[in-house]
Amino acid sequence: MQKMLNEEIQNQLRQVFAEMKEDVTMVLFTQEGECYSCEETMGLLEEVEQLSDKIHLKKFDLNKDVEEAKKYNIEMVPSFVLLNSQGEYQGVKFNGIPAGHEINSFIPALLEMSGVKQDVPADFAQRIAKIDKPVNIKVFVTLSCPHCPGAVQKAHVLAMLNKNIEGEMIEAQTFTDLSNKFNVSGVPKIVINDKYEMVGNQPIEEFLAQIEAM
Amino acid sequence: MSFNFNFNINETKKAVKLINDTIYDLLVIGGGPAGLNAALYAKRKGLTTGIITQRIGGQLLNTSSVDNYLGISQVSGEELSEKYLSHLKELDVGILEEAEVTIVEKIDKLFNTTLKDGTIFQSKTLLLATGSAPRKLEVPGEVEFSNRGVAYCAICDAPLFKDKNVIIAGGGNSAVEAAIDVAKFATQVTLVHRSQLRADQILIDHMMNQSNITVFLQTQILQIVGDDKMTGVNVLNKETSQERVIEADGIFIEIGNLPSNVLVKDLVTLNLQGEVVVDEKNMTSLSGLYAAGDVTQMPYKQIVIAVADGAKAALAANEYINQNF
Ligand SMILES: Cc1cc2nc3c(=O)[nH]c(=O)nc-3n(C[C@H](O)[C@H](O)[C@H](O)COP(=O)(O)OP(=O)(O)OC[C@H]3O[C@@H](n4cnc5c(N)ncnc54)[C@H](O)[C@@H]3O)c2cc1C
Repeated sequence: MQKMLNEEIQNQLRQVFAEMKEDVTMVLFTQEGECYSCEETMGLLEEVEQLSDKIHLKKFDLNKDVEEAKKYNIEMVPSFVLLNSQGEYQGVKFNGIPAGHEINSFIPALLEMSGVKQDVPADFAQRIAKIDKPVNIKVFVTLSCPHCPGAVQKAHVLAMLNKNIEGEMIEAQTFTDLSNKFNVSGVPKIVINDKYEMVGNQPIEEFLAQIEAM
Repeated sequence: MSFNFNFNINETKKAVKLINDTIYDLLVIGGGPAGLNAALYAKRKGLTTGIITQRIGGQLLNTSSVDNYLGISQVSGEELSEKYLSHLKELDVGILEEAEVTIVEKIDKLFNTTLKDGTIFQSKTLLLATGSAPRKLEVPGEVEFSNRGVAYCAICDAPLFKDKNVIIAGGGNSAVEAAIDVAKFATQVTLVHRSQLRADQILIDHMMNQSNITVFLQTQILQIVGDDKMTGVNVLNKETSQERVIEADGIFIEIGNLPSNVLVKDLVTLNLQGEVVVDEKNMTSLSGLYAAGDVTQMPYKQIVIAVADGAKAALAANEYINQNF
């Protein structure tokens, strides 16, 4: 297979990854046989691993490594999660390849997981810390959507700040059945606990208001 | 299968923050082409300046390809926006993103700009560069089927209509571009417009070459219909006065824009179209309050024009500060 990332992006990424603080592990699930973009997602993650000593990759098969898949609630492929330096899952998940514009949610998630924190205003941080029920945030995206990475980033930041929250990117074209189930005809579409829907790159405030109202 | 990567290094670099215990020389509301260039010019003039915006890039983010910007023969709207932003970050211009301004007031000689979260910023001059937002069709079904078929961002949502039938409402450049973008995914694209096409000929020619795009002119959309999702539109052929249904899974509404004037509609003079009226140096009817870009009465809403308008406004604000403070 041809390289996924061109020379220019590789150089930019090396520069960006130089700022990483702690190690991060990407845990990827694919499967043998038919799988849209499994091969490409693996290619991408393998290349990214090569660009920094702090980035590691573990590869599993959804059907063979059932126990591993269960740990991170993986049900479809390709799918991967990020683990922090202690090997803990903090709810940061990508379903489908984060190519196109979604590279802009993938790279910030790696940085953030390594300890390069975005500043979240103190009052938001307090409200996020208070959330004590399980929250799953699905963000449906397309790879040609410039507004989408912003929404995915927010779902991931929320997840990293509270262990009850899981934030997942879902590439709508890869998972058409799921997209149809949630009537995705405009992206980013945010679905919280499979029930509460918002469309557009919403501010953190809107995520919080929705979660607190549940 | 091949994937490209639109990596944006700005996502990983922080901008200078705005501070609210100082009086800025010029604050800019809106981070589209007009606002970004205004901040650049203001900074280079030595003014203290900052941008407050919901998003950087404005409408550029919804533009797949810009082919009419001198010196750059082809670039995506987002790439152009990234180039602008990198330039501003080099100059350490303060930027507050994902912030919505809700109130603008002039108290004595100074402006107070209040955000949704209650934060207030003060400045000697203020530039309104809030641009414009998509105009709605205003027909029954539009709100009901919003995001269940009705869409406004062709480049974002086109892939969701793979192997489906899609209608494009409108006849200007953005409608024709949307038709071309969506036709790459959809089975059949039908462009419906109530009068004649007014897009650039070069775009129309490109559209006419696509075998899966059909065009109906002099055709008015009366209603968007469906059950739990949209299933089609009712249209009126204005020449034959006949009504019929065109079946479709989605519709992109590309019928132009309306100026985003809410912040100042009771503060300054607007024209009949709701555009902010400015003089030749971009001052509104309230002294010290400037406006630039799509939100103003400036004809021909284009990037290159908005950019130039922003520069003009910043230079004029500088002159005003020298004379009044
Ligand atoms: C699909 C499409 C394709 C186009 N293609 C081209 C092209 O090929 N060539 C060309 O020259 N032009 C093109 N245009 C037109 C061009 O994009 C606009 O003329 C230009 O973006 C106007 O710039 P602006 O800075 O005035 O406003 P905008 O780009 O509209 O930016 C305004 C900004 O202000 C922010 N804002 C608004 N209200 C508030 C508030 N209350 N608080 C905080 N922030 C606020 C908005 O979020 C936005 O970021 C296209 C437009 C569209 C929609």
